[in-house]
Amino acid sequence: MSRTLRPCGDLGLLAEVDDTAAVTALHAALREEMTAGRLAGVADLIRGARTVLVRMTPRADVRAVAAVVGEIEPAPQAASGPDRVLDIGVVYDGDDLDEVAAHTGLTVPEVVAAHTGQVWTVAFAGFAPGFGYLQGTDDRLVVPRRDESRISVPAGAVALAARFSGVYPRPSPGGWQLIGQTGERMWDLDRDPPALLTPGTRVRFHEEG
Amino acid sequence: MVEATGPQATVQDAGRPGYSDLGVGVSGAADRAAARLGNRLVGNPEDAAVLEATFGGLAVRVRGGATVAVTGAPCEVVVDGRPVGHHCRVRVPAGARLRLDAPAAGVRSYLAVRGSIAVDPVLGSRSTDVLAGLGPAALSVGDVLPVGAARGVPPATDLAPVASPPAGDVSVRVVLGPRHDWFTADAVQALLRTPWTVSRDSNRVGMRLDGPAMERAAGFADAELPSEGVVRGSLQIAASGRPTVFLADHPVTGGYPVAAVVLDADTDLLAQVRAGQRLRFRAVGV
Repeated sequence: MSRTLRPCGDLGLLAEVDDTAAVTALHAALREEMTAGRLAGVADLIRGARTVLVRMTPRADVRAVAAVVGEIEPAPQAASGPDRVLDIGVVYDGDDLDEVAAHTGLTVPEVVAAHTGQVWTVAFAGFAPGFGYLQGTDDRLVVPRRDESRISVPAGAVALAARFSGVYPRPSPGGWQLIGQTGERMWDLDRDPPALLTPGTRVRFHEEG
Repeated sequence: MVEATGPQATVQDAGRPGYSDLGVGVSGAADRAAARLGNRLVGNPEDAAVLEATFGGLAVRVRGGATVAVTGAPCEVVVDGRPVGHHCRVRVPAGARLRLDAPAAGVRSYLAVRGSIAVDPVLGSRSTDVLAGLGPAALSVGDVLPVGAARGVPPATDLAPVASPPAGDVSVRVVLGPRHDWFTADAVQALLRTPWTVSRDSNRVGMRLDGPAMERAAGFADAELPSEGVVRGSLQIAASGRPTVFLADHPVTGGYPVAAVVLDADTDLLAQVRAGQRLRFRAVGV
Protein backbone atom coordinates (compact mmCIF):
# COMPACT_ATOMS: atom_id res chain seq x y z
CA MET A 1 0.00 0.00 0.00
CA SER A 2 1.47 3.34 -0.99
CA ARG A 3 1.31 6.12 1.54
CA THR A 4 2.41 9.74 1.26
CA LEU A 5 2.93 11.87 4.36
CA ARG A 6 2.40 15.61 4.08
CA PRO A 7 2.84 18.17 6.85
CA CYS A 8 -0.23 20.07 8.10
CA GLY A 9 1.47 22.80 10.07
CA ASP A 10 3.71 21.86 12.98
CA LEU A 11 1.19 19.61 14.75
CA GLY A 12 -0.58 17.86 11.88
CA LEU A 13 0.37 15.07 9.55
CA LEU A 14 -1.73 14.13 6.53
CA ALA A 15 -1.34 10.50 5.44
CA GLU A 16 -2.57 10.02 1.90
CA VAL A 17 -3.50 6.53 0.71
CA ASP A 18 -5.07 4.95 -2.38
CA ASP A 19 -8.74 4.66 -1.51
CA THR A 20 -11.38 4.60 1.21
CA ALA A 21 -10.65 0.98 2.14
CA ALA A 22 -7.04 1.95 2.81
CA VAL A 23 -8.26 4.92 4.90
CA THR A 24 -10.38 2.57 7.00
CA ALA A 25 -7.48 0.16 7.49
CA LEU A 26 -4.93 2.85 8.36
CA HIS A 27 -7.37 4.58 10.70
CA ALA A 28 -8.10 1.30 12.53
CA ALA A 29 -4.39 0.50 12.88
CA LEU A 30 -3.57 4.00 14.21
CA ARG A 31 -6.57 3.93 16.56
CA GLU A 32 -5.22 0.67 17.98
CA GLU A 33 -1.79 2.26 18.51
CA MET A 34 -3.45 5.19 20.27
CA THR A 35 -5.45 2.89 22.54
CA ALA A 36 -2.26 0.99 23.38
CA GLY A 37 -0.65 4.28 24.39
CA ARG A 38 1.99 4.20 21.66
CA LEU A 39 1.05 7.52 20.03
CA ALA A 40 1.53 9.96 22.92
CA GLY A 41 0.33 13.46 22.11
CA VAL A 42 -1.99 12.44 19.27
CA ALA A 43 -5.31 14.25 19.83
CA ASP A 44 -7.40 13.04 16.94
CA LEU A 45 -7.46 10.95 13.76
CA ILE A 46 -9.61 12.65 11.11
CA ARG A 47 -10.70 10.59 8.14
CA GLY A 48 -11.10 12.01 4.65
CA ALA A 49 -11.90 10.39 1.32
CA ARG A 50 -8.28 9.30 0.78
CA THR A 51 -6.52 10.62 3.85
CA VAL A 52 -6.11 10.25 7.58
CA LEU A 53 -5.16 13.50 9.31
CA VAL A 54 -3.22 12.96 12.52
CA ARG A 55 -3.71 15.96 14.78
CA MET A 56 -1.26 16.33 17.65
CA THR A 57 -0.89 18.44 20.79
CA PRO A 58 2.32 20.36 21.52
CA ARG A 59 3.53 17.53 23.79
CA ALA A 60 3.72 15.05 20.88
CA ASP A 61 7.05 13.87 19.50
CA VAL A 62 6.18 14.72 15.89
CA ARG A 63 9.06 12.72 14.40
CA ALA A 64 8.20 9.61 16.40
CA VAL A 65 4.52 9.89 15.41
CA ALA A 66 5.51 10.40 11.75
CA ALA A 67 7.65 7.27 11.89
CA VAL A 68 4.72 5.20 13.18
CA VAL A 69 2.25 6.69 10.67
CA GLY A 70 4.69 6.12 7.81
CA GLU A 71 5.61 2.56 8.64
CA ILE A 72 2.61 0.95 10.29
CA GLU A 73 1.30 -2.12 8.44
CA PRO A 74 -2.49 -2.23 8.84
CA ALA A 75 -4.02 -5.66 9.29
CA PRO A 76 -6.32 -6.67 6.45
CA GLN A 77 -9.81 -5.42 7.32
CA ALA A 78 -12.67 -7.81 7.84
CA ALA A 79 -15.18 -7.62 4.96
CA SER A 80 -16.80 -4.47 6.37
CA GLY A 81 -17.76 -3.46 9.87
CA PRO A 82 -21.06 -4.36 11.47
CA ASP A 83 -23.36 -6.80 9.68
CA ARG A 84 -26.38 -4.66 10.31
CA VAL A 85 -27.50 -2.51 7.41
CA LEU A 86 -29.43 0.60 8.37
CA ASP A 87 -32.63 1.00 6.38
CA ILE A 88 -33.59 4.59 5.49
CA GLY A 89 -36.89 5.39 3.79
CA VAL A 90 -36.82 8.18 1.21
CA VAL A 91 -39.49 10.01 -0.76
CA TYR A 92 -37.75 10.59 -4.09
CA ASP A 93 -39.06 14.04 -5.00
CA GLY A 94 -35.85 16.10 -4.98
CA ASP A 95 -35.55 19.27 -7.08
CA ASP A 96 -32.46 18.00 -8.90
CA LEU A 97 -33.76 14.55 -9.95
CA ASP A 98 -34.09 15.61 -13.59
CA GLU A 99 -30.61 17.10 -13.60
CA VAL A 100 -29.14 13.94 -12.05
CA ALA A 101 -30.97 11.87 -14.66
CA ALA A 102 -29.63 14.07 -17.46
CA HIS A 103 -26.09 13.91 -16.08
CA THR A 104 -26.02 10.15 -15.59
CA GLY A 105 -27.93 9.23 -18.74
CA LEU A 106 -30.51 7.39 -16.65
CA THR A 107 -34.25 7.93 -16.40
CA VAL A 108 -35.61 9.22 -13.08
CA PRO A 109 -36.94 5.75 -12.11
CA GLU A 110 -33.50 4.34 -12.97
CA VAL A 111 -31.84 6.95 -10.70
CA VAL A 112 -34.14 5.87 -7.86
CA ALA A 113 -33.44 2.20 -8.62
CA ALA A 114 -29.68 2.86 -8.61
CA HIS A 115 -29.89 4.72 -5.29
CA THR A 116 -32.00 2.04 -3.57
CA GLY A 117 -30.25 -0.86 -5.28
CA GLN A 118 -26.85 -0.63 -3.60
CA VAL A 119 -25.46 -0.70 -0.07
CA TRP A 120 -23.79 2.57 0.91
CA THR A 121 -21.04 2.79 3.53
CA VAL A 122 -20.12 5.91 5.53
CA ALA A 123 -16.52 6.67 4.58
CA PHE A 124 -15.99 9.76 6.73
CA ALA A 125 -17.88 12.62 8.38
CA GLY A 126 -17.76 16.37 7.90
CA PHE A 127 -19.61 19.45 6.65
CA ALA A 128 -21.96 19.42 9.68
CA PRO A 129 -22.56 17.34 12.80
CA GLY A 130 -24.14 14.07 11.67
CA PHE A 131 -23.26 14.42 7.97
CA GLY A 132 -21.70 11.16 6.73
CA TYR A 133 -20.17 10.82 3.28
CA LEU A 134 -21.78 7.63 1.91
CA GLN A 135 -19.84 5.64 -0.63
CA GLY A 136 -21.70 3.30 -2.96
CA THR A 137 -20.58 0.17 -4.74
CA ASP A 138 -20.85 1.36 -8.33
CA ASP A 139 -20.37 4.54 -10.38
CA ARG A 140 -23.86 4.96 -11.84
CA LEU A 141 -24.67 8.00 -9.69
CA VAL A 142 -21.46 10.03 -9.94
CA VAL A 143 -22.55 13.66 -10.40
CA PRO A 144 -20.81 17.00 -9.75
CA ARG A 145 -21.85 19.54 -7.14
CA ARG A 146 -24.34 22.16 -8.32
CA ASP A 147 -22.81 25.27 -9.91
CA GLU A 148 -24.55 27.43 -7.32
CA SER A 149 -25.03 26.43 -3.70
CA ARG A 150 -28.59 26.63 -2.38
CA ILE A 151 -28.99 29.10 0.47
CA SER A 152 -31.11 26.63 2.40
CA VAL A 153 -31.50 22.88 2.10
CA PRO A 154 -34.02 21.28 4.50
CA ALA A 155 -33.07 18.74 7.18
CA GLY A 156 -33.47 15.21 5.85
CA ALA A 157 -32.71 16.14 2.23
CA VAL A 158 -31.06 13.19 0.46
CA ALA A 159 -28.41 14.28 -1.99
CA LEU A 160 -25.61 13.27 -4.35
CA ALA A 161 -22.26 14.83 -5.27
CA ALA A 162 -18.68 13.90 -6.03
CA ARG A 163 -19.14 10.10 -5.90
CA PHE A 164 -20.97 10.31 -2.56
CA SER A 165 -24.50 10.34 -1.24
CA GLY A 166 -25.46 12.18 1.95
CA VAL A 167 -28.38 13.30 4.08
CA TYR A 168 -28.49 16.89 5.39
CA PRO A 169 -28.77 16.67 9.22
CA ARG A 170 -30.28 20.13 9.66
CA PRO A 171 -31.33 23.07 7.50
CA SER A 172 -28.19 24.55 5.98
CA PRO A 173 -26.76 25.95 2.77
CA GLY A 174 -25.80 23.17 0.40
CA GLY A 175 -24.36 22.54 -3.04
CA TRP A 176 -25.27 18.88 -3.54
CA GLN A 177 -27.88 17.58 -6.00
CA LEU A 178 -31.14 16.92 -4.14
CA ILE A 179 -32.93 13.68 -5.02
CA GLY A 180 -35.30 13.11 -2.10
CA GLN A 181 -36.29 13.55 1.50
CA THR A 182 -36.22 11.32 4.59
CA GLY A 183 -37.91 11.67 7.97
CA GLU A 184 -35.01 9.97 9.81
CA ARG A 185 -33.17 12.18 12.31
CA MET A 186 -29.51 12.27 11.33
CA TRP A 187 -28.43 14.13 14.49
CA ASP A 188 -29.95 13.81 17.94
CA LEU A 189 -28.04 14.90 21.04
CA ASP A 190 -30.25 12.64 23.19
CA ARG A 191 -28.85 9.63 21.34
CA ASP A 192 -25.42 8.02 21.84
CA PRO A 193 -23.74 8.59 19.49
CA PRO A 194 -25.79 11.61 18.37
CA ALA A 195 -24.97 10.90 14.71
CA LEU A 196 -27.00 8.17 12.97
CA LEU A 197 -24.28 7.82 10.35
CA THR A 198 -20.71 7.28 11.57
CA PRO A 199 -17.79 5.92 9.53
CA GLY A 200 -18.34 2.23 8.78
CA THR A 201 -22.14 2.40 9.07
CA ARG A 202 -23.82 0.63 6.14
CA VAL A 203 -27.03 2.01 4.69
CA ARG A 204 -29.68 0.85 2.25
CA PHE A 205 -32.28 3.36 1.05
CA HIS A 206 -35.82 2.31 0.16
CA GLU A 207 -38.51 4.27 -1.65
CA GLU A 208 -41.48 5.47 0.36
CA GLY A 209 -44.75 6.21 -1.40
CA MET B 1 -26.95 38.19 34.14
CA VAL B 2 -26.03 39.46 30.69
CA GLU B 3 -27.03 43.13 30.18
CA ALA B 4 -25.23 43.76 26.87
CA THR B 5 -23.38 41.49 24.46
CA GLY B 6 -21.50 43.69 22.03
CA PRO B 7 -21.23 42.37 18.44
CA GLN B 8 -20.92 38.75 19.62
CA ALA B 9 -20.19 37.12 22.95
CA THR B 10 -20.00 33.37 23.54
CA VAL B 11 -19.03 30.86 26.18
CA GLN B 12 -15.75 29.11 25.32
CA ASP B 13 -13.50 26.49 26.88
CA ALA B 14 -10.82 24.23 25.43
CA GLY B 15 -13.33 22.81 22.92
CA ARG B 16 -14.46 19.29 22.06
CA PRO B 17 -11.63 17.37 20.39
CA GLY B 18 -12.07 13.76 19.33
CA TYR B 19 -15.48 13.87 17.64
CA SER B 20 -14.42 14.14 14.01
CA ASP B 21 -16.22 10.85 13.23
CA LEU B 22 -19.46 12.63 14.16
CA GLY B 23 -18.64 15.58 11.91
CA VAL B 24 -17.95 17.74 14.97
CA GLY B 25 -14.95 20.09 15.09
CA VAL B 26 -12.84 21.20 18.04
CA SER B 27 -14.08 24.82 18.47
CA GLY B 28 -13.04 26.41 21.80
CA ALA B 29 -11.54 29.82 22.59
CA ALA B 30 -10.25 31.56 19.45
CA ASP B 31 -7.28 32.93 21.46
CA ARG B 32 -6.53 29.90 23.63
CA ALA B 33 -3.54 31.45 25.38
CA ALA B 34 -5.65 34.41 26.55
CA ALA B 35 -8.43 32.15 27.85
CA ARG B 36 -5.89 29.98 29.70
CA LEU B 37 -4.24 33.04 31.26
CA GLY B 38 -7.59 34.37 32.48
CA ASN B 39 -8.34 31.04 34.11
CA ARG B 40 -4.92 30.94 35.77
CA LEU B 41 -5.37 34.44 37.19
CA VAL B 42 -8.61 33.47 38.95
CA GLY B 43 -7.37 30.04 40.04
CA ASN B 44 -9.48 27.94 37.62
CA PRO B 45 -8.26 24.93 35.66
CA GLU B 46 -6.79 26.29 32.38
CA ASP B 47 -9.48 24.65 30.27
CA ALA B 48 -12.43 26.08 32.25
CA ALA B 49 -15.25 27.92 30.46
CA VAL B 50 -14.90 31.71 30.08
CA LEU B 51 -16.76 34.40 28.14
CA GLU B 52 -15.32 35.47 24.79
CA ALA B 53 -16.31 39.03 23.85
CA THR B 54 -15.83 40.23 20.27
CA PHE B 55 -14.91 43.96 20.09
CA GLY B 56 -16.01 44.41 23.72
CA GLY B 57 -19.46 45.73 24.52
CA LEU B 58 -20.14 42.94 27.00
CA ALA B 59 -21.84 43.95 30.24
CA VAL B 60 -22.93 41.63 33.05
CA ARG B 61 -24.62 42.17 36.40
CA VAL B 62 -22.78 40.01 38.92
CA ARG B 63 -25.45 38.78 41.31
CA GLY B 64 -23.50 37.06 44.04
CA GLY B 65 -20.16 38.82 43.72
CA ALA B 66 -17.25 37.22 41.88
CA THR B 67 -13.53 37.19 41.31
CA VAL B 68 -12.78 37.85 37.66
CA ALA B 69 -9.98 38.60 35.22
CA VAL B 70 -10.17 40.07 31.72
CA THR B 71 -7.50 38.95 29.24
CA GLY B 72 -6.99 38.96 25.47
CA ALA B 73 -7.60 42.16 23.51
CA PRO B 74 -6.87 44.92 26.05
CA CYS B 75 -10.01 46.91 26.80
CA GLU B 76 -11.16 49.22 29.54
CA VAL B 77 -12.87 47.13 32.22
CA VAL B 78 -15.38 49.05 34.28
CA VAL B 79 -17.02 47.91 37.56
CA ASP B 80 -19.95 50.13 38.60
CA GLY B 81 -18.46 53.05 36.71
CA ARG B 82 -14.97 52.61 38.15
CA PRO B 83 -12.19 51.51 35.76
CA VAL B 84 -10.21 48.47 36.89
CA GLY B 85 -7.30 46.85 35.11
CA HIS B 86 -7.16 44.10 32.52
CA HIS B 87 -4.85 41.11 32.81
CA CYS B 88 -5.32 41.26 36.57
CA ARG B 89 -7.54 39.70 39.19
CA VAL B 90 -10.48 41.87 40.23
CA ARG B 91 -13.04 41.36 43.00
CA VAL B 92 -16.52 42.38 41.83
CA PRO B 93 -19.00 43.03 44.66
CA ALA B 94 -22.46 41.47 44.70
CA GLY B 95 -24.89 43.30 42.43
CA ALA B 96 -22.18 45.27 40.62
CA ARG B 97 -22.21 45.86 36.88
CA LEU B 98 -19.10 44.76 34.99
CA ARG B 99 -18.51 46.22 31.54
CA LEU B 100 -15.89 45.53 28.87
CA ASP B 101 -15.39 48.49 26.53
CA ALA B 102 -14.21 48.18 22.93
CA PRO B 103 -10.53 47.18 22.79
CA ALA B 104 -7.96 49.61 21.42
CA ALA B 105 -6.26 46.76 19.55
CA GLY B 106 -7.11 43.15 18.91
CA VAL B 107 -10.55 41.58 18.58
CA ARG B 108 -11.40 39.16 21.38
CA SER B 109 -11.33 39.76 25.13
CA TYR B 110 -11.92 37.03 27.68
CA LEU B 111 -13.77 37.31 30.97
CA ALA B 112 -12.75 34.52 33.33
CA VAL B 113 -14.76 34.05 36.52
CA ARG B 114 -13.44 32.17 39.53
CA GLY B 115 -15.44 28.91 39.61
CA SER B 116 -15.94 29.15 35.81
CA ILE B 117 -19.07 29.51 33.68
CA ALA B 118 -21.12 26.41 34.49
CA VAL B 119 -23.60 26.13 31.60
CA ASP B 120 -24.47 22.56 30.55
CA PRO B 121 -21.75 20.94 28.43
CA VAL B 122 -22.50 19.42 25.01
CA LEU B 123 -20.26 16.51 24.04
CA GLY B 124 -17.97 17.36 26.93
CA SER B 125 -17.54 21.06 26.14
CA ARG B 126 -19.27 24.34 26.95
CA SER B 127 -17.97 26.03 23.79
CA THR B 128 -20.30 27.62 21.27
CA ASP B 129 -19.41 26.30 17.81
CA VAL B 130 -20.96 28.87 15.47
CA LEU B 131 -20.44 26.71 12.37
CA ALA B 132 -21.82 23.46 13.78
CA GLY B 133 -24.54 25.13 15.85
CA LEU B 134 -23.42 23.16 18.91
CA GLY B 135 -23.08 24.23 22.53
CA PRO B 136 -24.80 27.17 24.20
CA ALA B 137 -26.26 29.82 21.91
CA ALA B 138 -24.30 33.07 21.58
CA LEU B 139 -25.11 35.26 24.60
CA SER B 140 -28.30 37.35 24.59
CA VAL B 141 -29.39 40.17 26.86
CA GLY B 142 -31.18 38.65 29.86
CA ASP B 143 -29.25 35.36 29.85
CA VAL B 144 -28.40 34.17 33.37
CA LEU B 145 -25.10 32.32 33.48
CA PRO B 146 -24.41 29.97 36.40
CA VAL B 147 -20.98 30.13 38.03
CA GLY B 148 -19.50 26.92 39.42
CA ALA B 149 -17.98 26.29 42.81
CA ALA B 150 -14.41 27.56 43.16
CA ARG B 151 -11.78 24.93 43.79
CA GLY B 152 -8.21 25.45 44.98
CA VAL B 153 -6.66 28.83 45.66
CA PRO B 154 -5.86 31.57 43.15
CA PRO B 155 -2.16 32.09 42.48
CA ALA B 156 -0.17 34.56 44.52
CA THR B 157 0.30 36.73 41.45
CA ASP B 158 -2.74 38.77 40.49
CA LEU B 159 -1.29 40.57 37.48
CA ALA B 160 0.09 39.16 34.24
CA PRO B 161 1.95 41.55 31.94
CA VAL B 162 1.42 40.55 28.31
CA ALA B 163 2.14 42.23 25.01
CA SER B 164 -0.81 43.91 23.29
CA PRO B 165 -1.90 42.56 19.91
CA PRO B 166 -0.06 44.50 17.19
CA ALA B 167 -2.07 47.26 15.52
CA GLY B 168 -0.15 47.21 12.20
CA ASP B 169 0.98 44.36 9.97
CA VAL B 170 1.03 40.98 11.68
CA SER B 171 3.54 38.29 10.81
CA VAL B 172 2.84 34.64 11.50
CA ARG B 173 4.86 31.53 10.73
CA VAL B 174 3.54 28.89 8.30
CA VAL B 175 4.57 25.46 7.11
CA LEU B 176 3.95 25.04 3.38
CA GLY B 177 1.60 22.24 2.41
CA PRO B 178 -0.10 19.87 2.51
CA ARG B 179 -1.27 20.95 -1.00
CA HIS B 180 1.05 23.77 -2.10
CA ASP B 181 1.91 21.61 -5.12
CA TRP B 182 -1.56 22.44 -6.50
CA PHE B 183 -0.35 26.01 -7.14
CA THR B 184 2.27 27.54 -9.40
CA ALA B 185 5.68 28.27 -7.89
CA ASP B 186 4.97 31.97 -8.49
CA ALA B 187 1.69 31.73 -6.56
CA VAL B 188 3.44 30.06 -3.62
CA GLN B 189 6.15 32.75 -3.67
CA ALA B 190 3.44 35.42 -3.77
CA LEU B 191 1.70 33.80 -0.81
CA LEU B 192 4.87 34.39 1.22
CA ARG B 193 5.66 37.87 -0.15
CA THR B 194 2.21 39.45 -0.25
CA PRO B 195 0.79 41.39 2.67
CA TRP B 196 -2.72 39.86 2.78
CA THR B 197 -5.51 42.14 3.95
CA VAL B 198 -7.99 40.60 6.38
CA SER B 199 -11.48 41.13 4.93
CA ARG B 200 -14.65 42.03 6.82
CA ASP B 201 -15.86 38.57 5.86
CA SER B 202 -14.35 37.08 9.02
CA ASN B 203 -15.71 35.28 12.07
CA ARG B 204 -14.85 32.39 14.41
CA VAL B 205 -14.87 29.99 11.45
CA GLY B 206 -12.23 31.80 9.43
CA MET B 207 -10.95 34.99 7.89
CA ARG B 208 -11.10 35.71 4.16
CA LEU B 209 -7.93 37.35 2.89
CA ASP B 210 -7.69 39.89 0.06
CA GLY B 211 -4.70 39.76 -2.25
CA PRO B 212 -3.66 38.33 -5.60
CA ALA B 213 -5.61 35.21 -6.66
CA MET B 214 -3.48 32.09 -6.30
CA GLU B 215 -3.10 30.40 -9.66
CA ARG B 216 -3.35 26.62 -9.91
CA ALA B 217 -0.42 24.67 -11.32
CA ALA B 218 -0.70 22.89 -14.67
CA GLY B 219 -2.64 19.67 -14.23
CA PHE B 220 -4.56 21.00 -11.22
CA ALA B 221 -6.57 23.72 -13.00
CA ASP B 222 -9.89 21.87 -12.83
CA ALA B 223 -8.95 19.23 -10.26
CA GLU B 224 -11.35 18.57 -7.39
CA LEU B 225 -9.78 17.68 -4.08
CA PRO B 226 -11.36 14.69 -2.34
CA SER B 227 -12.49 16.07 1.04
CA GLU B 228 -9.80 15.83 3.70
CA GLY B 229 -9.31 16.84 7.33
CA VAL B 230 -8.18 20.38 8.11
CA VAL B 231 -6.67 21.99 11.22
CA ARG B 232 -6.82 25.43 12.85
CA GLY B 233 -4.60 27.80 10.92
CA SER B 234 -5.06 26.13 7.53
CA LEU B 235 -4.88 28.46 4.52
CA GLN B 236 -7.52 26.99 2.26
CA ILE B 237 -7.57 28.32 -1.29
CA ALA B 238 -11.07 28.43 -2.84
CA ALA B 239 -11.69 27.80 -6.54
CA SER B 240 -11.52 31.58 -7.04
CA GLY B 241 -7.90 31.54 -5.79
CA ARG B 242 -8.78 33.49 -2.61
CA PRO B 243 -7.40 32.21 0.68
CA THR B 244 -9.38 31.71 3.86
CA VAL B 245 -7.46 31.07 7.06
CA PHE B 246 -9.37 28.79 9.41
CA LEU B 247 -9.94 29.71 13.06
CA ALA B 248 -11.51 27.80 15.98
CA ASP B 249 -14.86 26.81 14.43
CA HIS B 250 -13.45 25.60 11.10
CA PRO B 251 -15.13 22.62 9.39
CA VAL B 252 -13.81 19.11 10.14
CA THR B 253 -13.05 18.42 6.47
CA GLY B 254 -12.58 20.70 3.50
CA GLY B 255 -12.87 20.23 -0.25
CA TYR B 256 -10.35 22.85 -1.39
CA PRO B 257 -6.56 22.55 -1.23
CA VAL B 258 -4.69 23.94 1.78
CA ALA B 259 -1.51 25.66 0.57
CA ALA B 260 0.04 26.32 4.00
CA VAL B 261 -0.78 26.01 7.69
CA VAL B 262 -0.03 28.60 10.38
CA LEU B 263 1.99 27.20 13.30
CA ASP B 264 -0.33 26.14 16.10
CA ALA B 265 1.11 28.63 18.59
CA ASP B 266 0.60 31.54 16.14
CA THR B 267 -3.10 30.78 15.57
CA ASP B 268 -3.92 32.57 18.85
CA LEU B 269 -2.50 35.75 17.34
CA LEU B 270 -4.69 35.27 14.23
CA ALA B 271 -7.76 35.48 16.47
CA GLN B 272 -6.74 39.05 17.40
CA VAL B 273 -6.24 40.44 13.88
CA ARG B 274 -8.85 42.91 12.67
CA ALA B 275 -10.44 43.41 9.29
CA GLY B 276 -8.23 45.81 7.34
CA GLN B 277 -5.03 44.73 9.08
CA ARG B 278 -2.45 42.97 6.93
CA LEU B 279 -1.09 39.47 7.49
CA ARG B 280 2.30 38.27 6.36
CA PHE B 281 3.26 34.62 6.21
CA ARG B 282 6.81 33.50 6.91
CA ALA B 283 7.65 29.93 5.90
CA VAL B 284 9.46 27.71 8.38
CA GLY B 285 10.41 24.04 8.15
CA VAL B 286 9.05 21.32 10.37
